[in-house]
Amino acid sequence: MTSVALLCLGISIGSAGWVSPVDAIKALFGSAQQADFSIQVVRDIRFPRTIGAWLAGALLGFSGALAQGLFRNSLADPYLLGSASGASLGVAIALVASGSGVATVDWFLRLSMTGAAFVGALLAVMLTMLLAHGLGHTLRLLLAGVVVGVVLGAATSLVALMSPDILQSMQSFSLGSTAFVGWESCSLMLAALVLCLTMGFVLSKALDGLTLGEHAAQSLGFNLPIIRTVLVLTLALATASAVAQTGLIAFVGLAAPHVVRALVKVPSRYLLILSTLVGAVLLTSADVLARGLIAPLELPVGIVTALLGGAYLLFLMHKQKSVVTHAARNSK
Amino acid sequence: MIALSAQALKVAIAGVPVIDALDVAFNQGCWTAIVGPNGAGKSTLLKALAGLIPSAGEVHLLGQSLQTIPLKKRAQQLAWLGQEASIGGEALSVYDTVMLGRLPYQGWLSAPSQLDHEVVAHALLQTQAWDWRERSVNALSGGERQRVLLARVLAVQAGVVLMDEPLANVDPPHQADWVNTVSALTREGTTVVSVLHEINVALMADFLLVMDAGKVLHHGLCTDTNTHRAIETVFNQRLVVHQSENGFFANLQR
Repeated sequence: MTSVALLCLGISIGSAGWVSPVDAIKALFGSAQQADFSIQVVRDIRFPRTIGAWLAGALLGFSGALAQGLFRNSLADPYLLGSASGASLGVAIALVASGSGVATVDWFLRLSMTGAAFVGALLAVMLTMLLAHGLGHTLRLLLAGVVVGVVLGAATSLVALMSPDILQSMQSFSLGSTAFVGWESCSLMLAALVLCLTMGFVLSKALDGLTLGEHAAQSLGFNLPIIRTVLVLTLALATASAVAQTGLIAFVGLAAPHVVRALVKVPSRYLLILSTLVGAVLLTSADVLARGLIAPLELPVGIVTALLGGAYLLFLMHKQKSVVTHAARNSK
Repeated sequence: MIALSAQALKVAIAGVPVIDALDVAFNQGCWTAIVGPNGAGKSTLLKALAGLIPSAGEVHLLGQSLQTIPLKKRAQQLAWLGQEASIGGEALSVYDTVMLGRLPYQGWLSAPSQLDHEVVAHALLQTQAWDWRERSVNALSGGERQRVLLARVLAVQAGVVLMDEPLANVDPPHQADWVNTVSALTREGTTVVSVLHEINVALMADFLLVMDAGKVLHHGLCTDTNTHRAIETVFNQRLVVHQSENGFFANLQR
């Protein structure tokens, strides 16, 4: 229900002005009597953009729940394995190669940039795995992810400094934006989401087993090296698909599983699905806010998610402190 | 009959030998407690017996080489309770945590069966954790959590149960309950091997395996005076084992 309401709102709001949800839906099905320009804006820009925000949020929410289960850490982030910095470097290289910025590239270049981000993210995850000597040791994997993130981040800055033309585009990418998401991007994200959700659903029992620790999970009959490889690749695919289309959007992946856990205690299977839905709702809401807050101008959606996510984490810290204080008083 | 055994077992951690050419065998339906000072290799031995860490040599489970038993079948035959006290399952309830013990019997996508639910309920009742079944595991105290993890191990219904320091944070009355649970398991034919630092509890076992520096110093009946002397030796005479009307107990020497 929330998603449908947000989708209606998403196709109604934008820099070209407000179009009522009824007219926007009519425009989609070609029965509106509005000017051609509004119809085109709704059909070709707002609708794919809103669907894209929903799908990217879903992928990030799913990735967050998967990362937190895989690394047994509720502060784990989908970008932990270096995928974000890898995608940034891929985009920077693609922009330098194309010799233009995000706003001016044509569709062919845009798709190749998307592919570059995707390949960059996957290569970064593979580099992390290589440095960690495989996936057998969680702490080593996390540390390798941090190292790869820092080194590739520095490499991206170097590429940008050597090619000042791409600085503005890279800034837009690092702030996150759904403004350039088209139907091709939506198809790609939808395919990735279906594939990742299937994998997550099938391996959810192993994620449950991992909550007991690696040895206990192994003792329950799970072949952890294989399962962990599949889970890491699924995580890389989900994260890279979202990052490649919308840039670096902060906090959605971290916050979505927290929101779910604050509401219900469920096994991983349901946690993954609910986090996917919550992530979708969070990013679509942020996108609507980004377009509506200072209309006709718009904020980069990454700034809105960072502000909202930061506030939510502060709230969580405060809540946790209250719970600890309350428990301490009770124990006296 | 031997339920679990190791021949010429060798384990090295980061290239450093921790266990070297160790031979050991555990009788079916008996409780063996492994004791020894810190760093003796007790936990490492237990992990190697469970096939959880790389090792050289042979381990046999119920007469079959451990390496040749498929993972799912092995998980049904051998249950493991480790020292990994932190449960990452912020979102898991006590009931769902104990249900994890039934995973070796479930397919990738199948829901828990009626039997799974019955076994979980029984395990929760056995460990007196039934009343907390709806609570989050992370909301429990350390001792309560240990009881839930014991219930998870019981839910596996394995023939061999390996437990590494299962009594950490457990209060004395519940330590006594734990001993009763283990005794009931062994009466049903289950083999229990546990690493314990609570020497007085360990002295209630059927057998004691005394370890030092990666080797077995002594393996014998708990009632055997040689076993008692081995305990005293391995702890540098800082413990003295005495006999009373109720059995054996160890006194700490200041």
